[in-house]
Amino acid sequence: MWRPCGTFDDTYEKDVTIMRTAAQWAVTIAGLVLLGLLPFLLGGGLITTLNLIGVSVVSIMGLHILTGLTGQISLGHGAFMGVGAYAMMMLMNLTGFSFWLAMPLAVLTSGLVGLFFGLPSLRIKGFYLAMATLAAQFIIPWTIINVRPDLTGGTSTLTVDAPNLFGFAFSSQQRIFYLVMAFAVISVILARNLQRSKVGRAFVAIRDNDLAAEIMGVEIFRYKLLAFFICSLYSGLGGCLLAVWMGAVNVDSFLLHESIWYLGMIIVGGLGSVPGAVFGVVFIRFLEIVSQSIGPPIAGFFPDAIGAAVKSGISPFIFGLVILLFLAYEPRGLAHRWEIFKHFYRRWPFSH
Amino acid sequence: MSSPAERKMMVEDLALSFGSVQALSGICFTVYDNEILALIGPNGAGKTSVLNCISGFYRPKGGRILFKGKDISRLSTTKRAQLGISRTFQNIELYTGLTALDNLMASRHIYIRYGPVAGSLFLGKARREEVKNRAEVEEIIDLLELAEVRHKVVESLPYGVRKRVDLGRALALDPQILLLDEPMAGMNVEEKEDMARFILDVQELKKIPIIIVEHDMGVVMDISQRVVVLDFGTKIAEGAPEDIKHDRKVIRAYLGKQAKPDREENEPVSA
Repeated sequence: MWRPCGTFDDTYEKDVTIMRTAAQWAVTIAGLVLLGLLPFLLGGGLITTLNLIGVSVVSIMGLHILTGLTGQISLGHGAFMGVGAYAMMMLMNLTGFSFWLAMPLAVLTSGLVGLFFGLPSLRIKGFYLAMATLAAQFIIPWTIINVRPDLTGGTSTLTVDAPNLFGFAFSSQQRIFYLVMAFAVISVILARNLQRSKVGRAFVAIRDNDLAAEIMGVEIFRYKLLAFFICSLYSGLGGCLLAVWMGAVNVDSFLLHESIWYLGMIIVGGLGSVPGAVFGVVFIRFLEIVSQSIGPPIAGFFPDAIGAAVKSGISPFIFGLVILLFLAYEPRGLAHRWEIFKHFYRRWPFSH
Repeated sequence: MSSPAERKMMVEDLALSFGSVQALSGICFTVYDNEILALIGPNGAGKTSVLNCISGFYRPKGGRILFKGKDISRLSTTKRAQLGISRTFQNIELYTGLTALDNLMASRHIYIRYGPVAGSLFLGKARREEVKNRAEVEEIIDLLELAEVRHKVVESLPYGVRKRVDLGRALALDPQILLLDEPMAGMNVEEKEDMARFILDVQELKKIPIIIVEHDMGVVMDISQRVVVLDFGTKIAEGAPEDIKHDRKVIRAYLGKQAKPDREENEPVSA
């Protein structure tokens, strides 16, 4: 473990801190200020993308905890986001709750649904558990579409009112930016803290060696369910924010391919690392934009008959290729690259 | 050595079977306070199975295990850990993705009192608890000379050091009884000497009974006060190391029927 030059921990208290030097604080605060100024500096299209990144960061913290730390593969992440979004939409539209009341209730609902679908993890693990969460990914959208289409809207899109905070309506992308980024920053801080706490250690213990963890006093069942619960809280919150970002909910946003994209993000970022998860989100979301913009020119090289297929297929194709390349050449993800970079600049200009 | 207060653990008539295979039958022995008891026997004799029954990995088919006078044979593994039964593993079952320090801290799990919300905030109470337990863990890091590798991820550590981290993790549970499953397996002479010293240090410092399963007879004879010998799932001998050395049944179990009793002067090393 490399420290910034000249920092020595002389108490255990200092050794458990994340921010060690004044420079780190300065950079962080400067970064947050810059983040706050972005809506004034950037164009609308880019802000919309950054908002989606913020929403995804909130959501990915859940998957980071469940899959990255606890090692329980979830193929139902998109569906759990859907639970949050639909619960909030129904509470707001049907009972007239404000965003600030509906959102926490929706997050809790999502948590409980996640807890329920986490129950199979008590008996099965690995691929079999992945299949069980895949069941959630199919059951939840089916329920949304078929059970009470009069309430959920079925396959149609229902609008969600913009949240309002003391008369400040989050009605434009520039304004939503502050809402989303506030939640994203808080989520990242909470998830990072959880990781270094007793709970985070228990999660990793279960991931790395569940039998030993049990022998050493970790209540495995309780902690697996806790991981599912916390994961679904984050994904539920992500779903609520996604609904705010779109100003609407539609079941298409919560299907299997979303869950796969999220898994792809933590793989690209590097499993088990909070910065990695954030990098993964940023990387994949920008990759999505790039692949969409290079789709049409590439399709131009092909005859019309297959051009359309090329255009729509280019994005998943590039996504799959990137995941493959990462798994083959950098399985530890962008987080590892980031660590290497940090070592480099801390030692610079010396080679070691 | 027989007053009831000094009896830490009693294994009574322990039986274990996998399907029709009788792995253990009629195993009885007592562990007294503050002693090192060695559990030896040829490969497949059932030594590790006994440890697994005590720590709760396996559910015995019959018999009882009493710990400080209380029957623990129906308790969950987690409950047993909370009672202070701690162990190391033959094949080092560490949390490979955590640092050596966090491996030890993970064993403090049952002593650290705060929930996921406090953990997420990591203020006041959580921070205090972490620091307090960190101090406890640092004592063990000092004892086992792990300071240099404290912040290294366990995956990257050499075998001998990982064995030491495994012992450290068992100690961080602040055990009332320690079960060591082949702590010297795969080590060279120097590492074995170090490990033997650590085990003796631990015993002197913590004043707890230790059950050690080991194939290296030199080590067993040197550090244990009493020896229990298993063969094919039954106990064939029990006693002081000196007596065990000359026991006919033991020599036969290790060397076969034709063995002459004087062969055992060269220390019957099995594996």
